[in-house]
Amino acid sequence: MILKGALGVLLTLVIIAAFALPITPQPQSWLEFPLIPGLEEKARIIFFHVPTAWLSVMAFLTSMVFGIRYLRKRDMLDDIRSSSAAGLGLLFCILATATGAVWAKFNWGSFWNWDPRETSIFVLLLIYGAYFSLRSAIEVEEKRATLSSVYSIIAAVTVPFFVFIMPRIMTGLHPGAKGDPDGAGPVIEFKMSPNMRVVFFASLIAFTLLFVWMFTLRVRAARLESHLQAKG
Amino acid sequence: MQPDERYGRRWLRATSAVFLKDWHAELRTRYAINALGMFVVTTISIILFSLGGEPASPEVLAGMLWVVLFFAAMSGMSRTFVMEEERGTAMTLQLQAPASAVYFGKLLFNLVLGAGLTLLTVVLYAVLIEGFVIRSYGVFIGVVTLGSIGLAAASTIIAAIIARANTKGTLYPVLSFPILLPLLMTVINATRLASEGTSWADAGGEFQILISYIVVVVTTSYLLFEYIWKD
Repeated sequence: MILKGALGVLLTLVIIAAFALPITPQPQSWLEFPLIPGLEEKARIIFFHVPTAWLSVMAFLTSMVFGIRYLRKRDMLDDIRSSSAAGLGLLFCILATATGAVWAKFNWGSFWNWDPRETSIFVLLLIYGAYFSLRSAIEVEEKRATLSSVYSIIAAVTVPFFVFIMPRIMTGLHPGAKGDPDGAGPVIEFKMSPNMRVVFFASLIAFTLLFVWMFTLRVRAARLESHLQAKG
Repeated sequence: MQPDERYGRRWLRATSAVFLKDWHAELRTRYAINALGMFVVTTISIILFSLGGEPASPEVLAGMLWVVLFFAAMSGMSRTFVMEEERGTAMTLQLQAPASAVYFGKLLFNLVLGAGLTLLTVVLYAVLIEGFVIRSYGVFIGVVTLGSIGLAAASTIIAAIIARANTKGTLYPVLSFPILLPLLMTVINATRLASEGTSWADAGGEFQILISYIVVVVTTSYLLFEYIWKD
């Protein structure tokens, strides 16, 4: 209860800070963000878009880890955890894609450009889609758990290849990508001022905690559901 | 003879037996030769009709070649596993051979099938489609060979998964595409390079990616196959 309240306060503070703190060319106090050329007010997306993208990847890894645990221990609870994490991952993946596309329309001029990171989030969406269509196609619980775990592991080992493939095919548009004229390097280190960084990491932590909370809720609900089914 | 050496021989014999079983079953029905051959012919004629004599860029043509190969693999390579489930012979095979022998036997069969498919597709494609010119033959042959091996490797393990699910046909390309996308993007890029003319050194990165992709997929499949195969 206290934890939930603390998380609520933290998220509220992050959201207020992300939206309300002014962006000025010469920040005077600690409560003003510096202006980043080419991004201006649109820089605020980093406080929400990056955490969702981060969580969609983390959720996929969580799902895979519980998948591996299921294969080793054959405990149905691990399968419930694995599919719950994947469900949340799909949600955050859609959020990251949608927020990114809207932002891209205003910053790059079109909703979709096949930038390397856009391509990788698209592949992640495809994998989530394939994962859930596989699950819905199998009726026997144990078989469904085993096959979806195996599939998530295979998907996880092939995805890192994009790191090597994408730079060979095109340069990136994302702030901080190699093609960015304002200098290479991650945007987090080069362009964010200390106070932006505080808000950014606070947001990352808050959203991760939100994910953990949603995850435990989903697992509890799914467990209760399977108990009810076993009784009725 | 050492015990592990004897085990190795038995394993090799089991693998080749699984391969030969599928090979003879194929020769008896000639499904792949007839149906998949016709599939490739049909797809290439659709491309011919849709181009309508208009010249297309090498990039588009390189991509189209792999579209044909991807869907040909998707319609043919699930058969080795789906057949076992449909005929109800999967259980017998589980008792007769170790899981890894089954996996490598089926992989070998799909590799041969993939090589045949690729050869037919590439020859027809090169003969029938006018704008498709290859300037670096060596690179092109290397890319096509590695590409068809990678296609067979990823298709085999996904085929093993979908053979156990209820809807086999539609699920196969859906599950395979995200897994095959790194391979497809690399081979399409390398085919475009080969048709524009490139050296081995320039295409070296593509070959590194292809070889490591094959090694990673085959190793993971080998480690995971037992979970899929055993009930």
